[in-house]
Amino acid sequence: MTENSTKITLRGVHKSFGSKVVLNGLDLDVGVGESVVVIGGSGVGKSVMLKCILGLLDADTGSIRVDNEEVVGSGTKTREHINRKFGMLFQGAALFDSLPVWENVTFGLLAEKRVTRDEAREIGTAKLAQVGLSAEVGELHPAELSGGMQKRVALARAIAADPEVIFFDEPTTGLDPIMADVINDLIIKITREVGATALSITHDMASARKIAHRIAMIYEGKIIWAGPVGDIDTSGNAHVDQFINGRAEGPIKMAVRA
Amino acid sequence: MNVLQPIGRFVLAFFATAGRFAIFTGHGISHCARPPFYPRMVLRQMVEIGYFSLPVVGLTALFAGMVLALQSYTGFARFSAESAIANVVVLSITRELGPVLAGLMVAGRIGASMAAEIGTMRVTEQVDALTTLNTNPMKYLVAPRLIAGLTMLPFLVLLADVIGVFGGYLVAIYKLGFNPSNYLQRTWDFLEAQDVISGLVKASVFGFIITLMGCYHGYHSRGGAQGVGAATTNAVVSASILILCFDYILTEIFFAQ
Repeated sequence: MTENSTKITLRGVHKSFGSKVVLNGLDLDVGVGESVVVIGGSGVGKSVMLKCILGLLDADTGSIRVDNEEVVGSGTKTREHINRKFGMLFQGAALFDSLPVWENVTFGLLAEKRVTRDEAREIGTAKLAQVGLSAEVGELHPAELSGGMQKRVALARAIAADPEVIFFDEPTTGLDPIMADVINDLIIKITREVGATALSITHDMASARKIAHRIAMIYEGKIIWAGPVGDIDTSGNAHVDQFINGRAEGPIKMAVRA
Repeated sequence: MNVLQPIGRFVLAFFATAGRFAIFTGHGISHCARPPFYPRMVLRQMVEIGYFSLPVVGLTALFAGMVLALQSYTGFARFSAESAIANVVVLSITRELGPVLAGLMVAGRIGASMAAEIGTMRVTEQVDALTTLNTNPMKYLVAPRLIAGLTMLPFLVLLADVIGVFGGYLVAIYKLGFNPSNYLQRTWDFLEAQDVISGLVKASVFGFIITLMGCYHGYHSRGGAQGVGAATTNAVVSASILILCFDYILTEIFFAQ
């Protein structure tokens, strides 16, 4: 992948919490307009990797570049400039309880005073329509919505500012299989419409197979395999095989405490 | 070695917490003064603190004033100083009971709710969501609450002063048989501007302490419902202790000869 066609580049990223090493020299490339899904078991560092890219956590060492702009150690202005390119769908939706749905969707635009409240309401309604929700939903509060609807609203919020990159943190966790598939379809449709690059983390293989162009597997803080989604079943990597087939036996040992 | 280990761990944890708290306070204050500002959030918090705390603070002040008049009467009657009741009530309420009782009541009501709200936002990733939407959580969540606490507590205490003195008046007139105009005259003659001002300054400091503790413990809560519960408890307990501690310090500053 050439430098110009790469949207996000991670090189040798390390992150530890005390003596616990979570990211241990992680390398990853995400191309422009590409949908990359990072898979891996619980606690292997998927969310930490995402948080380091988003600036929610500071990487200890290594390089994270977005459009060739360094994120690690960057100042507030650079961080804000980079964050404007991002949209993020959180695992639990992370909608603001105190605000109505339309204000949740357009929160970023309103906070930066890019639009008036009237304009924001219109944009909110349009973005809700994009994820298949009616204008009436915009007047409700998040607590009045089902889990699936909350995910849709969160998706609408993620695309409200027409981001260049959308991050998806476990987009289908906690949803029934049908709603999970609806969300997968929406992710594909939305990223195509917005023309965004997508970086997702999940351990839902059905979701990964559906939304990914490329899949990367993270284990012990490193990417141990990456390739096109079609190659995942013939990766030749024992860790990948064990994970995608959901086998207890294999090189990945789960820490189980009695 | 085994004995020293926990001591060392405690000392390190203490300094880490103290440092984290000092940085949080500094950031909170600096964000109150630097744009962008969120006037809607400030207004919402002012209504929450100032308006919705009125009933609880008003009732507390009313009964405090009534009890004070009754207690003073029965106590002072032992050395024939019943006539000093008006002075005792107004001084005690404006200097001490008004700000302290209002502070403690608001700490229970507002400090707890702030810690629970921000704590829930923290554990449900809403605080992270703010950051990804290019909104500084310190500026959006903490600064408006600090400003509201700082400005609304004096307003509440001023009302508590009036209601507390009125409570004492009710008992003195209708139960103890004092002459109304004499009682009011003594109250007014004995009151000095410094008595009220010192109470209002205390109120501002207490308002800052309450909101700071609520925000700090909520912001640093971890681990789901249990963490939020602990944050709520810690916010109320630490605010209450600091209110009493700063009450002494401020009294020293204002009134020590």
